[in-house]
Amino acid sequence: MKLELREITKRFGALVANDRISLAVEPGEIHALLGENGAGKSTLMNVLYGLYASDSGEILLDGVPQRFTGPGDAMAAGIGMVHQHFMLVPCFTVAENVMLGHEATRFGGFLNLDAARDKVREIADRFGFDLDPDALVEDLPVGVQQRVEIIKALSRDAKVLVFDEPTAVLTPQETDELMGIMRQLRDSGAAIVFITHKLREVREVADRITVIRLGKVVGEASPTATNAELASLMVGRAVELIVHKNPPRLGEVGLAVSELTVIDHHGTHVVKNVSFEVRRGEILAIAGVQGNGQTELTEALLGLQKHVRGSIRLDGVEVSGQSVRHLLDAGVGFVPEDRNEDGLVGDFSVAENLMLDRAHGEPFVKAGSVQQRKLMEFARSKVAEFDVRTQGIDEHVKFLSGGNQQKVVIARELSRELRLLVAAQPTRGVDVGSVEFIHEQIVAARDAGVPVVVVSTELDEVSALADRIMVMYGGHIVGIVPGATSRSDLGLMMAGERMTEGAAA
Amino acid sequence: MSVVTSRASDPVVTIGGETANPVSRKVPIVFTAVTVIAVLAAISARSGDTAFRFTRSSADPTQLPEMHLPVCPTLWVIAVLLAVGTLFAWRRLLVRRKVPMWLVAVYGTLAVIGFLVWAGVGHAIPLVGLLGGALSLAVPLVYGALAGVIGERVGVVNIAIEAQLLSGAFTAAIVSSVTKQPLLALPAAMVTGMLVGMVLAAFSLKYLVDQVIVGVVLNVLVIGLTSFLYSQVLVPHADQLNTPVRLDALPIPLLSDIPVIGPVFFRQTIVVYLMYVAVAVVAAGLFRTRWGLRLRAVGEHPKAADTVGIKVISTRLWNVALAGAIAGLGGTFFTIGSGIAFNKQMTAGMGYIALAAVIFGKWHPIKATLAALLFGFASNLQNTLSVIGSPVPSEFMLMLPYVVTILAVAGLVGKSRAPAASGKPYVKG
Repeated sequence: MKLELREITKRFGALVANDRISLAVEPGEIHALLGENGAGKSTLMNVLYGLYASDSGEILLDGVPQRFTGPGDAMAAGIGMVHQHFMLVPCFTVAENVMLGHEATRFGGFLNLDAARDKVREIADRFGFDLDPDALVEDLPVGVQQRVEIIKALSRDAKVLVFDEPTAVLTPQETDELMGIMRQLRDSGAAIVFITHKLREVREVADRITVIRLGKVVGEASPTATNAELASLMVGRAVELIVHKNPPRLGEVGLAVSELTVIDHHGTHVVKNVSFEVRRGEILAIAGVQGNGQTELTEALLGLQKHVRGSIRLDGVEVSGQSVRHLLDAGVGFVPEDRNEDGLVGDFSVAENLMLDRAHGEPFVKAGSVQQRKLMEFARSKVAEFDVRTQGIDEHVKFLSGGNQQKVVIARELSRELRLLVAAQPTRGVDVGSVEFIHEQIVAARDAGVPVVVVSTELDEVSALADRIMVMYGGHIVGIVPGATSRSDLGLMMAGERMTEGAAA
Repeated sequence: MSVVTSRASDPVVTIGGETANPVSRKVPIVFTAVTVIAVLAAISARSGDTAFRFTRSSADPTQLPEMHLPVCPTLWVIAVLLAVGTLFAWRRLLVRRKVPMWLVAVYGTLAVIGFLVWAGVGHAIPLVGLLGGALSLAVPLVYGALAGVIGERVGVVNIAIEAQLLSGAFTAAIVSSVTKQPLLALPAAMVTGMLVGMVLAAFSLKYLVDQVIVGVVLNVLVIGLTSFLYSQVLVPHADQLNTPVRLDALPIPLLSDIPVIGPVFFRQTIVVYLMYVAVAVVAAGLFRTRWGLRLRAVGEHPKAADTVGIKVISTRLWNVALAGAIAGLGGTFFTIGSGIAFNKQMTAGMGYIALAAVIFGKWHPIKATLAALLFGFASNLQNTLSVIGSPVPSEFMLMLPYVVTILAVAGLVGKSRAPAASGKPYVKG
């Protein structure tokens, strides 16, 4: 089935998320939709899937205009979607999730689970998946959950399949397998829309590429285009994809973690007996698929985790078990994984967010009252220094773009005297232009002699920043390897394959 | 640089399987406390007999003799049995295993028998009356709990059960008084309960007001409204409007002749029989039908339900309305079910206890029903003991149902998980 979007426009108040976007996808074709976070890709797909109503424009399938009032209509028309955040009910079985919404029933509305199981098995066999229809979805690894999403779409005879940022949660190996599945689907005649911001994947699998920026189509590209060409189309100017950094000037050991175990509130050991050191002037990047203990490890470094065993030493002083306040005062800078949840107060101004961690006393608070003048001066200088694009220091942080929000966090953390910088996912949801800037700042901190721990699930970022790379899997350290370790080796380690002795040298 | 990798039996490959197995100490500790109390009771017990009566009246077809238990020896036997159970529970803790549910049930039953024997010295305890009354008192709780389960499973916290029960009781009284047809009062009560449910749904789903607040406000509103109408309308015209015809008990042939069980379960009104049906239908429906699957999906992950074409808001609306109807039906118990005229605030917080039963029952209709029965039993135990005259002060006995509620909800529930989206409004996009 041929999918055609004509002149789709979608506004949210004053913001034009999609500005007359047109797109055509032929059957048997993988069409990549490339754009930065916030470029309007997801909005466009939500319009296509009936979750949003467009302000103007039309959707055509095989030349016939469609009217979708909800996802049900889109599905009935043959559009299937594999969502970035899986739309699966965790406490349901695979079969229940697949049948939900178009249940086969017996007399009296009773579910015909056998039919659903057969359907799951039939589609799984077609693609060579090994999948138990009666497994609970919450017990399945993310990669497998994604396959359940694919089966869900196929069980409704979807002819147009939309993959929305499907590789964000996958290991490189799982990504390769997914590419295989996408090709297989294409060869069976499906029209595939592949939404992503990852250049490598686009070039590998796409037949055609449409690039959008700020809600507009800015051009088409062929899969043979180089990374730099695609990136400059995406960002609108030439970008440096490589971080320039000098060889590290290593100092003393700054952070020493030994035999650290973190237990979460379910009683699960999420970080298991982990030991490593970071020297001053060095960046240690922690790689791994989301959910393998990195989050908990970084939180333990700032004293945010409750049940921690083992030792954390900062410049030789034991700090494990200390309060967050104490650790901040001791010079730990922390860029949290989710800035909206843990890094910023959305309804506070840029200036207020810049002093969040120093609200307890000098220099910004005297005798219990905020020193407005001092704060304003400070905020103005930081906004200028870190190139935060904002209407003013009084603007609420929630109105800033992801990249500028992250700059506020980074500015705040780097404006103290640091003895350790922990940056978790420092460029998640950040535009490519800001990525460049944030990377420079992190490298500058390292060159100033701060030990730096960077956690990232993006291998490109890990490789760009790291002096050494530590790979985590299932709460363990799989290995600590040099920064120049190849992508495929890192990928294997991220899947839990341990390096043998000597190979890391 | 070459990297060699190895797979196989690395310990690294375990994903999240390694847990600390935090076994709860609550059960053994509670057991120990109960055992100590039992021993103290056995030491301090007065001599004499406690009788258990198994038939309600001489008219019953099968007459069973009374059972006389000598207090001291019986209490000692029970104390020893309880001690054995306690030791077993501690042993389970040492090997990091859970205490099985049947043991808790047997233990609880023994403890209750011990309590009855101790408290009823020199009196006869009417067992049929005790259990039958417990079932009766549990009726509004069971209906309320079913309403709560449906509400929470679909994602709306139904705090307004109290209001639904009360409005059901009120409507049933009037309709039954006016028409002299108690059966007509049942659908009428369901309709008013449903209306309360729909108000809750409208405010929480359409206007996104906090569900707990709307629920509480509705409770207060219905209390106020019914009290006002009671004193302004019902009291002056009590003869026409507030002399409800009660529902007759309908003994089920054969089943009602079984000793003990018959009179307890099968010599009841239609409201009780409908309750059996409702529990079974909700339990089967929730887990085996399309209705239940969609309802649970909406309560767990509304966006996922939306993306497969299920209308989240209307699913919630209609199921909250259904829950209201069920609770309204439960409210009929207070007036036409027991043959009492409507009175101010006659539901006396039963709606909240029903909500506690929902949590104690882990959002499962059958377990919630059992929890409601337990609360009913605690209430009726208090009634029975104050009637036969027991050494326990009556004020203390009045606390009993609530103490049981608190212990049950706070202490013994263990790990349970509410539906993920319960209480959270759904906004598209």
